[in-house]
Amino acid sequence: MSATPANPARGHLLRCGPGESLLDVAKYQATGGFQALRKALAMPPAALIDEVKKATIRGRGGAGFPAGTKWSFLPKDNPKPRYLVINADEGEPGTFKDRYFLEQDPFPLLEGIAISAYAIGAHTAYLYVRGEFVRGIKVLEDAVEAMRKAGALGRSVLGSPFSLEIIVHPGAGAYICGEESALLESIEGKPGRPRNRPPFPAVAGLWACPTIINNVETMACVRLVLMHGADAFLAMGLPKDGGPKIYGLSGHVKRPGLYEAPLGLSLRTLIYDFGGGTIDDRPIKGIIPGGSSTPVLGPDALDVAMDFESIKAVGSMLGTAAATIFTEGTCPVAVLLRISRFYAHESCGQCTPCRDGTGWLERIVESIEHGTARPGDCDVLLAAANQIMGNTICALGDAAALPVISFVNRFRDDFEAHIAGRGCPYGAA
Amino acid sequence: MALAFTPEVDREFDRIVRRYPNRRAALIPTLILADREFGYLSREAMDYVAKRLELPAAWVLSTATFYTMLRKRPTGKHHVQVCVNVACYLKGADQLGDHLKKRLGIGFGEVTPDGLFSLEGVQCLAACGTAPVLQVNGAYHEDMTPEKADALIQSLRTAPAPGGATSGPGGAV
Repeated sequence: MSATPANPARGHLLRCGPGESLLDVAKYQATGGFQALRKALAMPPAALIDEVKKATIRGRGGAGFPAGTKWSFLPKDNPKPRYLVINADEGEPGTFKDRYFLEQDPFPLLEGIAISAYAIGAHTAYLYVRGEFVRGIKVLEDAVEAMRKAGALGRSVLGSPFSLEIIVHPGAGAYICGEESALLESIEGKPGRPRNRPPFPAVAGLWACPTIINNVETMACVRLVLMHGADAFLAMGLPKDGGPKIYGLSGHVKRPGLYEAPLGLSLRTLIYDFGGGTIDDRPIKGIIPGGSSTPVLGPDALDVAMDFESIKAVGSMLGTAAATIFTEGTCPVAVLLRISRFYAHESCGQCTPCRDGTGWLERIVESIEHGTARPGDCDVLLAAANQIMGNTICALGDAAALPVISFVNRFRDDFEAHIAGRGCPYGAA
Repeated sequence: MALAFTPEVDREFDRIVRRYPNRRAALIPTLILADREFGYLSREAMDYVAKRLELPAAWVLSTATFYTMLRKRPTGKHHVQVCVNVACYLKGADQLGDHLKKRLGIGFGEVTPDGLFSLEGVQCLAACGTAPVLQVNGAYHEDMTPEKADALIQSLRTAPAPGGATSGPGGAV
């Protein structure tokens, strides 16, 4: 593997660009497809898990938990069937990377699923795709069928004794189902309300059976580890954050889109080299680094490396590495209002601090934006956000609170100016 | 007349049910099927799915009402959804939404009197790199402008009924 792809819109994960697709299984096989799976099937599962652990693939869904470590949480002596569940309920605002695999390049994902299922001893894998991805669901169903015809799925995967079925399961429009335990509830046909933990899904997941839940991009990374080896994969990133990463870029930039680079890419390189800079070359006002729940950063963070640890050190999160940029002249209160409205809409309603609190956040931010807030409401807003933090079953409550806290702290003058001037000085309301 | 799937949809129903170790797991995929087939999920449609899956009607109602993509009321023949979340907002989603409201003479959540169009503001459609984005009967339309939206509406006016490859609409605001 080379260290940096020459064209950042292409790489080891992004095998084709916008408007292109790689949907022919015969071509996939002719260009090295399923070789990683063949290699995996010749290894004992324990050795395979060790190889993935050595590569330190940190989960690409946002939390960054090491995939190999997660796999090793499966109980050794549970006689129930094991399930692999892939989270393709991509819905965190700003994030649009998994759609690439679902619509344009499904085979590396499916091959990664087959390798991972073999590693953990699962014979059924559920691929949970958000319902809005109508085209992606069709592409995946066709790709699963083509893979079966090619002998890489079914009773005997590539002639081995290992059997595997992959079932493409549609969601139906609920952001919360991207939360792993809500996703399991949803596959079971129930409303997507997150479960209390413990027990963790590895012990009691889908139908109370041992279950591993991984992200789409993580599966594509597993395939790369098998293709190139853990050391080469590690060399693509940092010692603790292995491998290449798909970065998203949206908002006020000249060339938004998906880019691939080793973990540790600087925001400056992403925005100015890959993205061509900001629209009309306006100065940056805010950077939401990894999906709308990640705390907003300012232009002082441009030289921060986009990896799990470096972004954490400046008070935010890598999340899905999908940066949304807004420039000077944008009302930060109006931006936060879109975010707060989203989390209020998507709260499942199960925990009181989140059900009621996200509504309060939305209404207070709205009153500030519309000039009806009272002096001191910024502190009311911060107090409300802090009372949600950590007091709910799942992370949606924190996801709603973190942007509020970070926007108020970073743009306090803007918020106070709305309150003092009884309206939006940017004319956004 | 009582609601029922056609023989062709019945085969799809059976194919879905066979995939799962129990019938409840088939609920969301078969509700999507019923929504597509019947135009929306009336109480009668929900009861029909409950009967077919041999599940309590209350289970079906509780799941059907949790998920915003499952339509609980009829939409227009062409259901136009405008993403209003942060990335699209930064790229002019409000102007696009306002333009469509004016053009179609309806607000979000409404249907044109001829039943041809309905309009809805929806949450993130995960296409932020090509914002602003519309979804019409399941198909994405990206990098939109008011002009492109006009051309799209014009082509839909003269288009045949949407095909079976579409699903219900996305999450309502």
